[in-house]
Amino acid sequence: MAFAALSALPACAGGGTQGPTPPAPGDGTPPAEQRTAFASTYSPLSSRPTVIRGATVMTAAGPTMPNADVLMVDGRIEAVGVSLDAPAGAVEVDGAGKWVTPGIIDTHSHMGVYAAPGDNSLSDGNESTAPNTAEVWAEHSVWTQDPQFALALAGGVTTFHVLPGSANLFGGRGVTLRNVASRTMQGMKFPGAPYTLKMACGENPKRVYGNRGRSPATRMGNVAGYRSAWIAAADYKRRRDQWIADGADPADEPRRDLQNETLAGVLAGDIRIQNHCYRGDEMAVMLDIAEEFGYGIASFHHAVEAYKVRDRLAETGTCASMWADWWGFKLESYDGIRANIALVEEAGACAILHTDDSGRIQRMNVDAAVALAAGIEAGIDLDRDDAIRWITINPARALGIEDEVGSLEEGKRADVVVWSGDPFSIYSEAERVFLDGALVYDRADPSVQPLSDFMLGVLPEGVTP
Amino acid sequence: MTRSMSGAARTLSRSMTGVEPAGAAHPVKALAAPRAAFALALAMLAGVAAPSPADAQTVAITNARIHTVSGGVIENGTLVIEGGRIAAVGADVSAPAGARVIDGTGKIVTPGLIESASQLGVVEIGAVDETVDASSSDDRVTAAFRVSDGLNPFSTLIPIAATGGVTRAVVVPGGQALIVGQAALIDLDGARPADLVRRDPLAMVSAFDEGTAARFGGSHGAALMRLREALQDARDYDANRAAFDAGNRREYSLSRLDLDALAAVVNGELPMIMEANRTTEILAALALAREFGFRLILFGAAEGWVVADAIAAAGVPVVTNPIENLPSYDRLAITEEGASRLASAGVPLAFTTGVLSGSPALGTHNVRNLRLLAGGAVRNGMAHADALRAITLAPAEIWGVADDVGSLEAGKEADVVVWSGDPFEPLSRAEHVFVNGVEQDAATRQDRLLERYREINEAMPEAYQR
Repeated sequence: MAFAALSALPACAGGGTQGPTPPAPGDGTPPAEQRTAFASTYSPLSSRPTVIRGATVMTAAGPTMPNADVLMVDGRIEAVGVSLDAPAGAVEVDGAGKWVTPGIIDTHSHMGVYAAPGDNSLSDGNESTAPNTAEVWAEHSVWTQDPQFALALAGGVTTFHVLPGSANLFGGRGVTLRNVASRTMQGMKFPGAPYTLKMACGENPKRVYGNRGRSPATRMGNVAGYRSAWIAAADYKRRRDQWIADGADPADEPRRDLQNETLAGVLAGDIRIQNHCYRGDEMAVMLDIAEEFGYGIASFHHAVEAYKVRDRLAETGTCASMWADWWGFKLESYDGIRANIALVEEAGACAILHTDDSGRIQRMNVDAAVALAAGIEAGIDLDRDDAIRWITINPARALGIEDEVGSLEEGKRADVVVWSGDPFSIYSEAERVFLDGALVYDRADPSVQPLSDFMLGVLPEGVTP
Repeated sequence: MTRSMSGAARTLSRSMTGVEPAGAAHPVKALAAPRAAFALALAMLAGVAAPSPADAQTVAITNARIHTVSGGVIENGTLVIEGGRIAAVGADVSAPAGARVIDGTGKIVTPGLIESASQLGVVEIGAVDETVDASSSDDRVTAAFRVSDGLNPFSTLIPIAATGGVTRAVVVPGGQALIVGQAALIDLDGARPADLVRRDPLAMVSAFDEGTAARFGGSHGAALMRLREALQDARDYDANRAAFDAGNRREYSLSRLDLDALAAVVNGELPMIMEANRTTEILAALALAREFGFRLILFGAAEGWVVADAIAAAGVPVVTNPIENLPSYDRLAITEEGASRLASAGVPLAFTTGVLSGSPALGTHNVRNLRLLAGGAVRNGMAHADALRAITLAPAEIWGVADDVGSLEAGKEADVVVWSGDPFEPLSRAEHVFVNGVEQDAATRQDRLLERYREINEAMPEAYQR
């Protein structure tokens, strides 16, 4: 399996991934670009071999398989098929009448950084003090006791990407987390996942800074801000690269700069761009900036007008992370249509359903059904097997973790959801959620439902939800 | 046709809604006939076509599974629409000669859905102030504020909401005040955009929540003090109008207009919607309603299930979004099962996509999703029939229009939806939506955008496609 590429990272990619720390070249401390700070300490919970029998299985890698089995061994998918042999002592789960999908993945969440209760004490998602804050990292705002994690888990979400907000042109690094209860943020970090950088187009940055009488106050100011930052980052990267090429003598080290370090990581191809951008014409401008400075955009986010430039998205291999139906809350979202996701899919581009919302993240299956229905109504040839990819393998691709998660294929992490029925029905619920083959949520058993420290005992027994 | 109605006609029509008697004492039924006559006269005056009989055609929906809500489910039934009303519904009904027949085989028919707390018509683009008419910036008591005064009959949101089978909606004012103003009930009838308001005022609206408490003295007690002062003043004013007008009454904390508006609450003419989520807030609202004898409708009631018996005992209905479940300090006990628990306790329940505080635009732009909220309530333990009732007959009863809409019964106004399947399922769709017997089938702005961009046209820019 290709996931080996992730677990044996080349040293040059170190600064761009979430760890673990790669071995240092020689015995000296490697340059910052090659170290991993705040490295992932995530390790799968222990699990027994488990087989789900006789379910309707959506693999997100092929057509739906009726009456199929899913076998998980040592935290990985061992096999998907009919009448599988399971190891002696394997846990048998009766899948009759149930549907099985990969764990759901959201490319756009603010859980942990805009935690519940939504009070100022926990409002940690936007460092809106300067238009370029590429130096901040969302993971340093994550509150591991956010009760929203458990609610998302009950909706089948096993991996999610936490981004800084969109007040700034460069909002900071995003982090990909496993939906596992942990005492530390590092314990949630998806091992080996690439870091990302949040950028934002349009109304938000120009409003936030224009209202303060400083640049950017316009969209043209936004673009000047991006380009100036990339020019500075390219210069920084050139100086650092030269220093490393010359042997990285600590005495001659060019001064480290956190902001440029992240931007240079993008230019080196290690850090992925996640770009908040609503309008089609603005997405076209952002694609040109990416071309000018030689980086790629992993995904546009919100992208309510993706349908207007879906051919450009397909040509450039750029994903679009979209809502099923949010629109109209600001002018740049006024042209949102429900067939957006379906049209992007039809054009052959990478279509993703995202939420940006701690309520919607709990019901991504329903939103995918809404988007599927709109596509069918628009006459687009789509079915459930297309729609399941919008919330599994396609988001994995945008996050650079598609070799590890996002589909039920041999060798991948065993992130598996057992649904009470068709996941595109309003009545279906995630009954069991497996993370790396370990049962981390069981709707029928409160002892297998995580409860954050915050909710523990905050209300009397009878009043606890 | 009515899209071209002249400005003069719109003005006249609006002023007509303005002269409707205040208070909820007048049933909508009584208004219907005069309004039709007035509309005809108006149309003649303005030289444009009235809502013509052609709009309100005779339609028979045959062989369908009909959820009447008031009288159970009829298998293989027929429903006849005539003159804007339901002429007949039943298993043994036949289509009248000359009727347009819609084959309902395999389809489900329900009453039109009723949204109980939207900002339809007063919010177009949430962040564009020029398109938002939902509130007064006055931050104290603006009881006299009528949301209907700013209603935009051409809002693109209204036909988009109707695509989700929603045929009537309560429009609530928003804003920062303790008492924000008066809600109205509208028809989602694109055939008569200048004549959407059905009942105005419908209810007084008060936000008694965490945020309001913070703004009015920093605590719930301080906010309650202001509410009590306002209600006492309104009660005193109501009993002493002549003395007040003669200058022989003490000073009040409110303006004369606000006193007038609140008097309708304290004398029982107008119900008051109070947003209250925390158990403390709910109990305080119930106590306030008892103290002043007004008709209370709770909005939100996130922790309502904790005191469901007290709410039920007071006979107070609840309007809520049944799938909200994110905890905050004024709703730590919130759960998706809350609605189902309230229903079990006997609390009359209506669902809404809306929020009074927070971000009303998000709810208002997706009023079309009301049916999915009902489905969510079923997922969380509510009976399907009860959930359907919570978006049809229950709100009709709460808003005092159950004689006219909310169920499929002969004689009622023909708000009827034909669904491709279970209305709560996202993969089902509303195939025909009738408001007052008129099918709402005009393309929405979103339909037009889809049509324009269905193919990317390299030869000729999309801008040339109408």
